[in-house]
Amino acid sequence: MLSEILTIVLLIAGSFFGFTAALGLIRMPDIYTRMSTSGKAATLCCGLLLAAVAFLFEDIQITAKAVIAILFLLITVPVGAHVIGRAAYREQVKSWEGTKTDGEE
Amino acid sequence: MNLFLLNTLLAIAWSALTGSASLMNFLVGFIIGYAALQVSNFQSAREKYFRRVPKTISLSVFFLRELVLSSLRVAQEVLSPKMLSTPRIMRVPLEIRDPNQILVLTSLISLTPGTLVLDVTPENDAMIVHTMFVEDPEAFRREIREGFEYRVREAMS
Repeated sequence: MLSEILTIVLLIAGSFFGFTAALGLIRMPDIYTRMSTSGKAATLCCGLLLAAVAFLFEDIQITAKAVIAILFLLITVPVGAHVIGRAAYREQVKSWEGTKTDGEE
Repeated sequence: MNLFLLNTLLAIAWSALTGSASLMNFLVGFIIGYAALQVSNFQSAREKYFRRVPKTISLSVFFLRELVLSSLRVAQEVLSPKMLSTPRIMRVPLEIRDPNQILVLTSLISLTPGTLVLDVTPENDAMIVHTMFVEDPEAFRREIREGFEYRVREAMS
């Protein structure tokens, strides 16, 4: 019973963040803000959904796979985001006109 | 690291002896093994390990809290009809120099929604960060230094 409630909560939260990630991809004005809103929220979304699966089945094999999948997400997503962001920054892709800079780039 | 291996082995032995390979039981075995190692005598390696494990847990909890809080902030930004954010590209000086610690630090910052590490200077002394919700750059630099950077250094050195 408890694990079912937990599963439901995790599923709803995960879907919510997945939705905002997709919406952020459309709504944000430049590549940097898009990377910020979509990539990370998608990680949280996948993490929550995988955790929900682990709680739903309560099976050691499935739990182990979910934990490993979450770990790999946590390792690979920031590296990918960093490389894409750095490529954009070095190519001087234009940022949204409201973006402030320090002046010491 | 050797103590971690030993701790894991103790947890496996506990699972095998109690005859149940569930995650909960493994965790129970790990905690019991941790306590058993703490009272036993491995003077050289033990201090580092028993200092690190609580710090690592503290870093993980801190990171998860940041992750959820800033995700909600980003969700609010995406769902609201107006642009509320104040995007900013800024330079954040680094105190840690060890490449592995910098890798963990930049990964954690990039994973937090709303902030993205764009570049690290070749000398490893500063990083270029794109942020969405920072009003005061100085306050943000202090937050990184006293929050993430401090905890990463505690957990990894």
